[in-house]
Amino acid sequence: MFQSILSAVAAISVIGLVFGIVLSIASKVFAVKTDPKITEVRSALPGANCGACGFPGCDQYAESIAKKESIITLCPVGGQQVIDDLAVIMCVDVEQTERHVARVLCRGTNDKTKKEYDYIGIPTCQAINSMYKGDSSCNFGCLGLGDCVVACEYNAIKIEDGIAWIIEENCVGCMKCVEACPKNIIVMVPDKGRVTVSCMNTELGKKVITACKVGCIACKKCEKICRYDAIHVINGKAIVDYEKCTNCGECIDVCPTKSINRYLLNI
Amino acid sequence: MMRILFVILGTILVENFVLTKFLGICPYLGVSKKMDSALGMSGAVVFVMTIASAVTWVVNEYVLSPYGLGYLQTIAFILVIASVVQFVELLLKRFIKPLYNSLGIYLPLITTNCAVLGVALLNIQNSSSFGMSVLYGFSAGLSFTFALILFSGIREKLETSNVSKSFKGLPIALVTAAFMALSFMGFQGMFTF
Repeated sequence: MFQSILSAVAAISVIGLVFGIVLSIASKVFAVKTDPKITEVRSALPGANCGACGFPGCDQYAESIAKKESIITLCPVGGQQVIDDLAVIMCVDVEQTERHVARVLCRGTNDKTKKEYDYIGIPTCQAINSMYKGDSSCNFGCLGLGDCVVACEYNAIKIEDGIAWIIEENCVGCMKCVEACPKNIIVMVPDKGRVTVSCMNTELGKKVITACKVGCIACKKCEKICRYDAIHVINGKAIVDYEKCTNCGECIDVCPTKSINRYLLNI
Repeated sequence: MMRILFVILGTILVENFVLTKFLGICPYLGVSKKMDSALGMSGAVVFVMTIASAVTWVVNEYVLSPYGLGYLQTIAFILVIASVVQFVELLLKRFIKPLYNSLGIYLPLITTNCAVLGVALLNIQNSSSFGMSVLYGFSAGLSFTFALILFSGIREKLETSNVSKSFKGLPIALVTAAFMALSFMGFQGMFTF
């Protein structure tokens, strides 16, 4: 009786001991050298693994910061405290880090575009987009059913006049809406960039105008007037280069279809 | 050769681990929401089951049965599987980084998966040879994969379909799982292996 108890305990202990030793040796032998900075950055992050930074978890974001692939201000949970800590670890000035905000590249409100059919069905952009690219006359514009509003955890998007608007004070730059939008018309722009071409339509001018009154017709007037070489027509639509843009707004005045807009903080 | 084919087909269709033996239900319901995670999980399960059935066979043959300690199978196998998974994780992290990244968080999750333990115990119960054990472990992993991929495909479709409010989410998933198990009963007795 006592013998069998002893042999059972001994057997399990021996198996456990052998595997324990093997594992501890293996963890030393096969140790992967990680950048100490990653560990440091990781411990400064809150560890909520909420994914608001756009990465699956804090570990991935820490790795990305340590490799200097992403900016340090993406974590909305930690707030200013974490940003300051990270700035110390990564030896960057907080002032230099840019805040990025989401921007909807569409101003085709209900009065600017037409409905091509009456949609009755699941009220999501994803669903309506699968029906002839949506009910709007413009195939590139906002569908206005609010997939981005559902995705946003910070109340930073509202639907008004049939399109989505970013409430920039609330935007933390988590990019959830960018992923949610089936039309890919939400982009991240630097906070200082206030002038944006609010159109993604790449079709020819005439088609654009019949689809939407404020569409970009790629006339290149903005490209010619810009003194800083900061706006270019690429693939049938104008795009602002935020590295060079000074927010002077000359392109806004010259745009014949009013598709370039100045985005103020409280729209 | 025919025998190998029969074991693989038989484990996948006739005695599917999830849908006939009802092992590994937890990950079956847990990670079947998205096809990506289902694929990752299935890959990890195939991997671990194959290795675990090899190692547990060795432990049973050379440590437990010579000393008449067969009654320790369950606890010893849990210990062995958990350590093997840890070991494999270390190896992968060091040598095959892409595979480690894709299996990622699913590897540690299956240390205590009952399907893995089930394979090990069934191997001993059937007193299979070493080769057969490994083959059985591999095909058990495949049967899990088969069920999980089918199920996650259905669940992705369910997300956009019009399900009545009280059935939305997990309830309809459970109903679906029940129907799948029912339909797999149709393979019962198709052939023996």
